Amino acid sequence: MNGISAHRIGALALRYLYLLRSSRVRIIELAYWPTVQMILWGFITRYLAGHSDVLNQATGLLLSGVLLWDILFRSQLGLSVVFFEELHARNLAQLLISPLQPIELIIALMAISLVRTVLGVGIAVLLAIPFYGFNLFSLGLPLAGFFLNLLLMGWAIGLLVSALVLRYGMGAESIAWAAIFALAPLCGIYYPVATLPGWLHPLAWALPASHVFEGMRAVLLDHTFRLDFFLQALLLNVGYLGLGIGVFLATVHKARERGSLLQSGE
Amino acid sequence: MAEPAVIEVKDLSKHYGSVRAVDGISFCIAQSTTCALLGGNGAGKTTTIAMLLGLLLPTSGQIRILGEDVPRYRQRVLPRMNFSSPYVDLPQRLTVAENLTVYARLYGVRHVWERLAALGRDLDIDAFFKRPYGSLSAGQKTRVALAKALLNEPEILLLDEPTASLDPDTADRMRRILTDYQRRSGATLLLASHNMSEVERLCDQVIMLRTGRVVATGAPRELIRRYGRKDMEEVFLDIARGIQSGEVVE
Repeated sequence: MNGISAHRIGALALRYLYLLRSSRVRIIELAYWPTVQMILWGFITRYLAGHSDVLNQATGLLLSGVLLWDILFRSQLGLSVVFFEELHARNLAQLLISPLQPIELIIALMAISLVRTVLGVGIAVLLAIPFYGFNLFSLGLPLAGFFLNLLLMGWAIGLLVSALVLRYGMGAESIAWAAIFALAPLCGIYYPVATLPGWLHPLAWALPASHVFEGMRAVLLDHTFRLDFFLQALLLNVGYLGLGIGVFLATVHKARERGSLLQSGE
Repeated sequence: MAEPAVIEVKDLSKHYGSVRAVDGISFCIAQSTTCALLGGNGAGKTTTIAMLLGLLLPTSGQIRILGEDVPRYRQRVLPRMNFSSPYVDLPQRLTVAENLTVYARLYGVRHVWERLAALGRDLDIDAFFKRPYGSLSAGQKTRVALAKALLNEPEILLLDEPTASLDPDTADRMRRILTDYQRRSGATLLLASHNMSEVERLCDQVIMLRTGRVVATGAPRELIRRYGRKDMEEVFLDIARGIQSGEVVE
């Protein structure tokens, strides 16, 4: 009978160490998640400690924040992970020698991202009703505006991340997961932007999601829909999405120059 | 009357820094011919095919396919071309039928199911239509890849080692399928191959590359005569080793 071999386990561990050593991104990622979580919950604690009135509505605020945040997260992942699957399957070259145009690829990725987001978040939204007695749809019509803006921002980040992976290879894949969480503390998901140190405010207001979450709090706490937040987020999204599409298309063009499309995924 | 050229390549180069992967090659391929692009590893075959497909941008030179400037207007010719290579995969988790359906739709095939059924019969792949592509053997994958390449009934078919990893029987069937397709459709075939008997059997024209340059062109029989050899295998070895035609080798 073949027993468990320490040599084989050691060899495989060495292989994984080689893999880790080959990518600085993977090394950074090791420390990344704990740091982001620590920062995020630190701000939440600070905000709640100073606002006892908010505690009464904490469930609604936190669950709305979590679910809306998931729209952003899922829309970004829904785009970039599907693109990575093409790279993993070494299928990108097949696609790009078909009549498919790169812009069509982008639109298809957006479409599937929408489907995945609706499915993924939709289930969580429905589960929140029996679990916590919280119905996200109680936000009313403004929810559609929040959804649109978060979806657009997710696509913009997804395209930028996909371009990065196309340029630098699958070693950069973990950026897909990390990128959006890097922005989480700035977006004011669970606390107002005012909670952040002053020097971070310009950065926070440069993110469409910050306007969405401020808008969400306005609906939940003040029962008003802030059109200014909606329009500012939309305007920013137009810029970021344009940037994302432009960078993605330019990266595909560059890959055609460098000859990396045939090797992609290897 | 000679058939018009459907692939015209003029002074085509692709440089990666100081590396000249393709170095000023020119050739024409007439309609309805089968042409082989030959050369050793690193000769520039794959680079040339990738440029013909528009997957790689040339450093300089011109490519015209079906009268269109490929680097600029590839979208106009891609629907009329296709490509098969054992080195470019299809999504593993999708079934064969799903993969072919996706590509049939990408190429705008009108009656998708009828086309799939016909290809399934011709290439003997209908038995595993419902199996995931990733579960197929190398030979089965090559046949599916060829089915994908024939979906749109291309006027120009580029093939990178079309019978690599196939057993002799299946390889022979594949060659017959390609010959039949070419005869029936009048398509132009350009294939890169290391199988010289295949080249002798299938091809009207040969373009030999060495270190990114065209070193010989002609019909297989003409090249065999010119090099004073008994078959294309020997001609290939002469060219790969840099021996000129007519040179006596002891």
